[in-house]
Amino acid sequence: MMSSPKTIALKIEFGGGMELLFANQRSHKLSIPARVPVDNSTKELQAEPDSSNTKPTDIVFLIHYLRDHLLKEREELFIENGTVRPGILVLINDTDWELEGEGDYKLQDGDEIVFISTLHGG
Amino acid sequence: MAPRICALCHTSKAMLRRPKTGQQICRDCFFFVFETEVHNTITEAKLFKPGDRVAIGASGGKDSTVLAHVMKTLNERYRYGLDLFLLSIDEGITGYRDDSLETVKRNQQQYDMPLKILSYDELYGWTMDAIVAKIGKKNNCTFCGVFRRQALDRGAAMLNVDHIVTGHNADDIAETVLMNIMRGDISRLGRCTCICTEGEDTIKRSKPFKYAYEKEIVMYAYFKKLDYFSTECIYSPDAYRGHARAFLKDLEAARPSAIIDIIHSGEAWAVKEEVKANQNAQQTCKRCGYMASNELCKACTLLEGLERGIADAGITERGMKKLEAQGPAPDNLRTIPFFRLASHQQNGHPAIEVEAPT
Ligand SMILES: [Zn+2]
Ligand SMILES: [Zn+2]
Repeated sequence: MMSSPKTIALKIEFGGGMELLFANQRSHKLSIPARVPVDNSTKELQAEPDSSNTKPTDIVFLIHYLRDHLLKEREELFIENGTVRPGILVLINDTDWELEGEGDYKLQDGDEIVFISTLHGG
Repeated sequence: MAPRICALCHTSKAMLRRPKTGQQICRDCFFFVFETEVHNTITEAKLFKPGDRVAIGASGGKDSTVLAHVMKTLNERYRYGLDLFLLSIDEGITGYRDDSLETVKRNQQQYDMPLKILSYDELYGWTMDAIVAKIGKKNNCTFCGVFRRQALDRGAAMLNVDHIVTGHNADDIAETVLMNIMRGDISRLGRCTCICTEGEDTIKRSKPFKYAYEKEIVMYAYFKKLDYFSTECIYSPDAYRGHARAFLKDLEAARPSAIIDIIHSGEAWAVKEEVKANQNAQQTCKRCGYMASNELCKACTLLEGLERGIADAGITERGMKKLEAQGPAPDNLRTIPFFRLASHQQNGHPAIEVEAPT
């Protein structure tokens, strides 16, 4: 039997109307590979670990993964130019992602990532 | 990455970067600076005086929910001496406003403030659901905007308040500046950045969040775990505003000060006297007593059109002509109850600054 690639467990929360794009579900638990393709492709996640075209999984990869596997509608309201659309706040373990390197933050097992839309009605 | 330390208290872990200043600060320092800036906005503009009765226009959304929380906090901390109320307008939109009003009712409990809900149905005899069923999804936002504005004033008069505060934030104001520039609406351009508007016979309205960034309002709500409702109105994609908003967010991503810069640009557009002179002088609607720039106020014209089956009567010249061609309004036409300002508002008293305890 092949050993399955190492994975990390994450908790994802959507708020501020973001959840409407994700089947109206606020809280999600998921498990993604610890190493992922550098091009953020989420289709073939069996890429051989430690090969030169992989990287430790990061927020940019997570954004692509959420788009490909959890998003139910209107991807243009979530992702733009390979990152979240301006106006979406991201928190990494309750800290503004701007303090954590934004998309380059390397995800750790057990991290909690929150996406909040600021674009929905006042 | 080692945790960053708060730039203000030098003790706790920084939790956010302020878009205005780039400062990295902790949660408690953030609460304090955010609230203090709103307090400074309020005192510098001399918005209130002790004993004022103030209604918070509450939609259940993030801005008005945070505003209610901050107004309550500041009123207690700095002893403004205000009587605070929540005022909500029920447009009658099933699946949208009914849900958000549940949020407002919870806010009433959480903040311990009296709540008044005034509905389009009781005021105009029409819900937005009924209006959309009649006229479709074209122009419905015109009806809603005109009806809401007047409903807020009437709700305020019923509560006998002096003043309505709304949750408009810096992003909203910058967005409106952009839209007014794109439409060439010079008279609105200068006015839309005013923190406070007060006509001779209108209820004072102001925007204590004029300089508060949306990002910080959302962060405040998130860190305080405030209960708010977030769904777009089902009838209003408002594509134009949506584009202005997306453009503004792109500018902000490139340079966070863009929002304040645009507000300052709007403020710099002084409205010339001759432009003002072209606007009709204010008068009182002969049918309902609300302020109007013609014989009838906008809401009465729209309502008459709805009732007589010419929905664009208050919107296009052609619709107006069609209505006039049908002759005068019938005697049994549904009208809006007569509007009276609360009596004590007519002897206007000068605003004095709220003093902070020393
Ligand atoms: Zn601090
Ligand atoms: Zn009228």
